[in-house]
Amino acid sequence: MRESRLPRAGECQQVQPPCGPVVQAARLSARRLGYLAHGRTLISNLDLDLDTDGITIVMGPNGAGKSLLLRLLHGLIVPDAGTVFCDGAPLDAGARMRQAMVFQKPVLLRRSVAANVDFVLHSRGPRDSARRDVLLGRVGLLSRAAQPARLLSGGEQQRLALARALASAPDLLFLDEPTASLDPASAQMIEDILREERRRGTKIVCVTHDIGQARRLADDIVFLSQGRLAEHRPADAFFGAPASPAAQAFLAGRLTV
Amino acid sequence: MALSLVLSGDGDLYQIVILSLRVSLTATALACLMGLPLGALLAVTRFRGRGGVLVLVNALMGLPPVVVGLLVYLQLSRSGPLGFLGLLYTPSAMIIAQCILITPIVAALSRQVLEDMHTEYAEQFRSLSLSRTRSMQALLWDGRFTLLTVALAGFGRAVAEVGAVIIVGGNIDHLTRVMTTAIALETSKGDLALALALGIVLMVLALGVNATVQSVRMSAMKQAYA
Amino acid sequence: MGVRTFVSTFALLSLGAGPALAQDRTILVQSTTSTANSGLYDTLLPQFNEATGITANVVAVGTGQAIRNAENCDGDVLLVHAKSAEEAFVAEGFGVKRSDLMYNDFIVVGPADDPAGVGGMNDAAAALAKIATSGALFASRGDDSGTHKKEMSLWQGAGVDAAAASGQWYRETGSGMGATLNAAVGMNAYALTDRATWISFENKSDFDIVVEGDQDLFNQYGVILVNPERCPTVNARDGQEFIDWLLSPAGQTAIAAYRLNGQQLFFPNARP
Repeated sequence: MRESRLPRAGECQQVQPPCGPVVQAARLSARRLGYLAHGRTLISNLDLDLDTDGITIVMGPNGAGKSLLLRLLHGLIVPDAGTVFCDGAPLDAGARMRQAMVFQKPVLLRRSVAANVDFVLHSRGPRDSARRDVLLGRVGLLSRAAQPARLLSGGEQQRLALARALASAPDLLFLDEPTASLDPASAQMIEDILREERRRGTKIVCVTHDIGQARRLADDIVFLSQGRLAEHRPADAFFGAPASPAAQAFLAGRLTV
Repeated sequence: MALSLVLSGDGDLYQIVILSLRVSLTATALACLMGLPLGALLAVTRFRGRGGVLVLVNALMGLPPVVVGLLVYLQLSRSGPLGFLGLLYTPSAMIIAQCILITPIVAALSRQVLEDMHTEYAEQFRSLSLSRTRSMQALLWDGRFTLLTVALAGFGRAVAEVGAVIIVGGNIDHLTRVMTTAIALETSKGDLALALALGIVLMVLALGVNATVQSVRMSAMKQAYA
Repeated sequence: MGVRTFVSTFALLSLGAGPALAQDRTILVQSTTSTANSGLYDTLLPQFNEATGITANVVAVGTGQAIRNAENCDGDVLLVHAKSAEEAFVAEGFGVKRSDLMYNDFIVVGPADDPAGVGGMNDAAAALAKIATSGALFASRGDDSGTHKKEMSLWQGAGVDAAAASGQWYRETGSGMGATLNAAVGMNAYALTDRATWISFENKSDFDIVVEGDQDLFNQYGVILVNPERCPTVNARDGQEFIDWLLSPAGQTAIAAYRLNGQQLFFPNARP
């Protein structure tokens, strides 16, 4: 890992205000990130730097804090300690506008398929039905544009959620187990779209339990264990020879997923 | 006998029915115009003293109509601060009184409905960096079919109350007489049969409005909603 | 968004419905309930409208409330039945001038079995005193209306402190005449009422008149124009025209001609 970028011991006395050098080349960084709930430390002293492009897959056993990390990085939750940086600056409203997230359980508006996408398009700019149709076409839902979104199947709902996330043209896309319990065709379609987005230069951070999916998609792997960063390495290196005992156990199937 | 009088489609009765609907539907519309945004605002915001405000709004659902009537009378009376408007003993005064009576009902019930919905949407909205106004608009639109029921609750209270409209409307024949004040009048005349018949007409009226709204709601829901 | 829309809607409504009273040739009469509930206005007002083109709108409430409403300038003409209160109203400058309009009489009604045994008495005060000592129930308006004021003066004449028995045999309904009669019928209580309301009352059950004909039971109705100097919004011209018509031979004849169930309810006695 990029040890040199982390603040050295004693270099920084306080966690707030943010300290430590932040490298401009990193799209997304976290410094000494910490989060507590009900007296339990769920994320502790976590430092992370993510490259400007590629797909980062976040893995780890249940309760490792994967979803929580995603929410902290996306600014949905304010950390109790530390800071998230986006393009070198602390995460702010402007940076958040360029991010989007797909949740494990899609929360669709009680409207038509098309209106769900229109809602996001309209919140960012003028109505654009051509762009909406392109997005619906990419997720294979153009023919169902007029139907109530909540009557779609689970896979279709998640594809719509992805189209909606892409409607804001994010350059940073978070996904929290987007294909968990989806039909294979929908999961395949979502993976294809993620590859396509990566080619277009969108940075993608995705939590998954599916090791096969991680192998297929990942450029680099962030492995969490018990709220701490166990390792962060390129995918090839990670799957070739995981360094941390937790990751070794996980890949060997000895830790529950 | 009284029933046949009612059923004969008497012109005066028709006028009373129309005024009842006009006053209570207008009051409901105005109450929704104020109460729904207020309910949405309370659903999406967190601030110090919010709990107290919620208790207050919920308590105002039980406003006694007579008290509302009296307060509106004191404002609209020629010797009151708004007397120059000349609104006392007009349908407008009755609309104002009923509007005040049911706005808390609309606000409190819509707040509950929208807050439940917001619990589901909140994270998604935050992810989209939606402004508070846009969040409120989205909630109001997505909750529109449930909110129709909220509006119906307000309408039911408005059309059934007598205490407020009899004070500010004056129960003037052909001008401000509505179903409930007509019922009160016939009761005071001791014509209990006619009063009861009018009461049945009022209930049929309320049933009709509810059935209409409900059927519109059901068919619209099939189109847009799951 | 909400506030602006509300204000403009409100303004629209005010424009639409507000001028109903300000319409030319419309007056508002603050009236006692007995004249309205007996149906007198239903025959008088169309005749008046035909003669003058003026529409009279009637708010029928108890005399006390009618006077208070008129004091708030919420009416052009006051038509009630409590002479001393009316004279005070004029003396304090709220009204221009009080004129006698018509009369009828109060009666005491009670259940057919007449538990106090006052049937046929023609001394009202004595009858009330007997009711008080018999333990039978008495239903009072208790609302500062003209009828209530009369009842209070009768109790005083009988030397009975009825208010002390409030909630026991003396039941104050705090309601209009009709509601009080309904209550009296419901609990088998005696009640004082004006004859017009009684005749037009449809829920008599087995009740009947038990006391009538006492000079003390005289019920005078008066009519007063609300003082335009005190209340600039008063439609004095049309209000005065209404009063003039009521006091004229045409109006007085119309009052005398009104009958319900074959009985004359009001007896005109305007002094020319």
